[in-house]
Amino acid sequence: MQFEAPTTVNAAVKLLAGKAGARVLAGGTDLLVQMRTDRVSPDLIVDVKRIPALRTITAKNGAFRIGAAVAGAELGEHKALCKAWPGVVEAANLIGSHQIQSRATLAGNLCNASPAADSVPAMVAAGASAVIAGPRGKRTVPVETIGTGPGKTSLKRGEMVEAILLPKRPPRSGDAYLRFIPRSEMDIAVVGCGVSLTLDTKGVCTAARVALGAVAARVILVPDAAKALIGTTVDAGALERLAAAASAACRPIDDKRGTKEFRIRVAGVLARRAAEIALKRARGN
Amino acid sequence: MSKVQVSTTINGDAVSYLCEVDETLLDVLRDRLGLTGSKEGCSTGDCGACTVTLDGRPVCSCLVLGAEAEGREVRTVEGIAKGDKLHPLQEKFLEFAALQCGICTPGFLVSSKALLDQNPNPTESEIRFALAGNLCRCTGYDKIVRAVQAAAAEMRKG
Repeated sequence: MQFEAPTTVNAAVKLLAGKAGARVLAGGTDLLVQMRTDRVSPDLIVDVKRIPALRTITAKNGAFRIGAAVAGAELGEHKALCKAWPGVVEAANLIGSHQIQSRATLAGNLCNASPAADSVPAMVAAGASAVIAGPRGKRTVPVETIGTGPGKTSLKRGEMVEAILLPKRPPRSGDAYLRFIPRSEMDIAVVGCGVSLTLDTKGVCTAARVALGAVAARVILVPDAAKALIGTTVDAGALERLAAAASAACRPIDDKRGTKEFRIRVAGVLARRAAEIALKRARGN
Repeated sequence: MSKVQVSTTINGDAVSYLCEVDETLLDVLRDRLGLTGSKEGCSTGDCGACTVTLDGRPVCSCLVLGAEAEGREVRTVEGIAKGDKLHPLQEKFLEFAALQCGICTPGFLVSSKALLDQNPNPTESEIRFALAGNLCRCTGYDKIVRAVQAAAAEMRKG
């Protein structure tokens, strides 16, 4: 096993491409647990935290570029980001304790590819993209194309996520993320739901995105749930149709955290509640 | 496996060590440097017994590689007291009997100090959230929270 801490993206990509068993180390909160339990045994660990561009949040014309090694605590301390995308920040900040927040990253949560990852439904709802650097250059893809199944991603050999991009927030927009866990903190989502929506000046919803976590093999975008909101004032009827569409999209498993029936029902409830919070935020903006 | 040479700062002192690539900072502190205050509980970042600060932020040292500490600033429970003089948090933990077996205590002290360094006057709820990553299986959390509140009050008096 070898350890490298390159200071440029190009050097990191070269290292990653050179060894089949190479793993990126960002916050390490998943990787070290996996190494400890012998689920992975990398030949090479590439610590990307020494790459300056990966450690910063930059705002440009209302859009945000979040470096892949920016920790959750740093997201929560960034006022403009919290104001523009509160749902994304609250989702990221739900992951683990303060100790975990000092280390865990959005990009790591995305690339760990857990179907129950808290920040991913919020990012998908927000229309976030991932900038991927690889041996053949850079490409930018919607975040929902990264996870392909539990622990599996669409990243090719030598590729790494360099940054998460959040688009400029249109006026009268809001987002929110809610999850169900049996306790109040420090647990893994039984169901998670992110909602982002935009209103026109009359309060009619003109755009919406709804994403669900922990109800399928990967985080899913639910266009039918968004359709239930678009063209409405997000009234009680629209919220009922949203909940029904969210429940209908679920393809969950039974496990120790929840049954299929429970997850299907809770997905609808969370979608409605998250939409209500997003609506409130959109009206306040 | 090739070893990694690391130069870092621990409790204000320049420290160098050689460690294995997959060796955690917790193992380096305990087994190579003799700083056995940080404890190993779960090894998965759930219990907080191994909490140290890395560049001022609380982290689980079981989830940090020793190699990552290069050029960083690490602070452990051993650095909280000033010589023989206990930190107000340590005094209040004793006064309020906020420990029983003591395994979780170093982690609680480091997390509490990280909180008070950032927020000298936290609410009870803020204290409970800040300490949510530290588990205690014997004393109960109330005494710990009271001790942190009392230490915060004392420190604000200066």
